Amino acid sequence: MPKSAVTPTRMVLNQLKGRLRTASRGHKLLKDKRDEEMRQFMDIVRRNKALREKVDQGLTEAFAAMSMASAVMSPEMLEQSLLYVRQKVDLGVSYKNIMSVNVPVYDFKTQASDLTGQLPYGFAQTSGELDDAISKLYQVFEDMLELAQVEKTMQLLAEDIEKTRRRVNALEYVMIPELEENIRYISMKLEENESSTKVRLMKVKEMVLQDAHHYQQ
Amino acid sequence: MNKIAVMGSPDTVMGFKALGLETVPVREPEEARRLFKQMTRPDQPDQYAIIYLEENLAEPLAEEIDRFKDSPIPAVILIPGKDGSLGLGLSALETAVERAVGVNIL
Repeated sequence: MPKSAVTPTRMVLNQLKGRLRTASRGHKLLKDKRDEEMRQFMDIVRRNKALREKVDQGLTEAFAAMSMASAVMSPEMLEQSLLYVRQKVDLGVSYKNIMSVNVPVYDFKTQASDLTGQLPYGFAQTSGELDDAISKLYQVFEDMLELAQVEKTMQLLAEDIEKTRRRVNALEYVMIPELEENIRYISMKLEENESSTKVRLMKVKEMVLQDAHHYQQ
Repeated sequence: MNKIAVMGSPDTVMGFKALGLETVPVREPEEARRLFKQMTRPDQPDQYAIIYLEENLAEPLAEEIDRFKDSPIPAVILIPGKDGSLGLGLSALETAVERAVGVNIL
């Protein structure tokens, strides 16, 4: 017996058959979408992992260099030398479409291109360690930008894969079996009706014949 | 034009200032939450596209971070603090993989 009440008529049967066709097609499409998303996702995850490790390590190094710098310089001096920032970063964001998921693509511009242009202080009163720390940080920063892009892409894609997977499963394990069940139920019911009508007609015919001609089989 | 911010303890964010990033030094999680909310308000003319967040702030701000999981902007990226990496960035990656694939394949 089907779970939901369906009226066993030919019209409902046709409707259900149509729905089953749509559901199967949707299922196939969504499954393809999921597979392709998964393929892209795997690439991105691998890149993300590599970048993440690189950034973690690079930042740890940069921070270590920074502690060196703050050890040899007085805190006031350090703060003062970083007070006026010469460098300015502009970030443009555009969007790319991966399997109907909008992911950000960063495009960044810095004003000064070489290290001496970036440093906001003169060399006279600061230690070499500070230059070192900042140049390390600067190198890591490029990876950090890429990491931001890759990680966001990864998150958005993961979200969408989860959604797609749920849809695929809902269609595969709930919607389609239920429709098939209902179709089977209706066609069986219709067949049953048909055969009972046939039997009834034969019976009636027999009775009519007997009535008219006292005909005995 | 969008902005990039680095949020973390004063020692951690100090260096990023030299790179031309906007730094948000915070000392307490409560302060961090307040500032984070302020920064992610949608009515600002220049939105923050990327917010680098020091790892030890990830837990108190988890709720705030989760709100932006589905939107392309801002990207909240965890970075290790001055005292070394806690590995939270990697574990966030693993959680996302587990959500998408169903099992941890890394």
